[in-house]
Amino acid sequence: MIIQQQIEQQLQSSFAPAFLEVFNESHMHSVSADSETHFRVVVVSSSFDGFSRVARHQQVYAVLAPQLAGPVHALALHTHTAVEWEQREQAVHASPKCLGGSKPDQT
Amino acid sequence: MDTIEIIKEQLQNNQILLYMKGSPNQPQCGFSARTVEALMACGERFAYVDILTNPDIRAALPGYANWPTFPQLWVNGELVGGCDIVAEMHDSGELQTLIKEQAAAEDPE
Repeated sequence: MIIQQQIEQQLQSSFAPAFLEVFNESHMHSVSADSETHFRVVVVSSSFDGFSRVARHQQVYAVLAPQLAGPVHALALHTHTAVEWEQREQAVHASPKCLGGSKPDQT
Repeated sequence: MDTIEIIKEQLQNNQILLYMKGSPNQPQCGFSARTVEALMACGERFAYVDILTNPDIRAALPGYANWPTFPQLWVNGELVGGCDIVAEMHDSGELQTLIKEQAAAEDPE
């Protein structure tokens, strides 16, 4: 839970999100049961107003750079403004099944 | 030639370029698989680089792109995004529009 809490705290303080959800999806991948390597994050924040999708994700990547440089191998991102979030009726994609290619990729 | 120059050349020579794990027929990662599926659904030719067999590019591209993960879809020399963005754009129809326009610009027949 340690990494997950770090991610939540970092995002909370950086984006003051109207909605934030951090899922540990490591169990879907070829890693040990208690791993914290694969996450999916939903952030809804007015910080994203006026920014492209790429720019929003870059903002999140920058905030989570220490985690991404270390234990976190995959980070699925859903970044929305409050208005977009309402329009989407709060539906987001589930992450795809792992196909095994991350095995040599734990660095 | 250093790796960044190779990347720039690849982006210059391939207007629709996907950096992915594995190949379109045999993706080695669920995120690459989903991205290539969305791209293939657009029905246009695209180029790809398998970063699992090109470790130099795998190491250098995240810094150049300011984007830490793969896959990465680039169109006309600009980063469009990774799996989540491509999937969202596919659902909204934006991806097809972007890819079709790019293909038409290259081959105006």
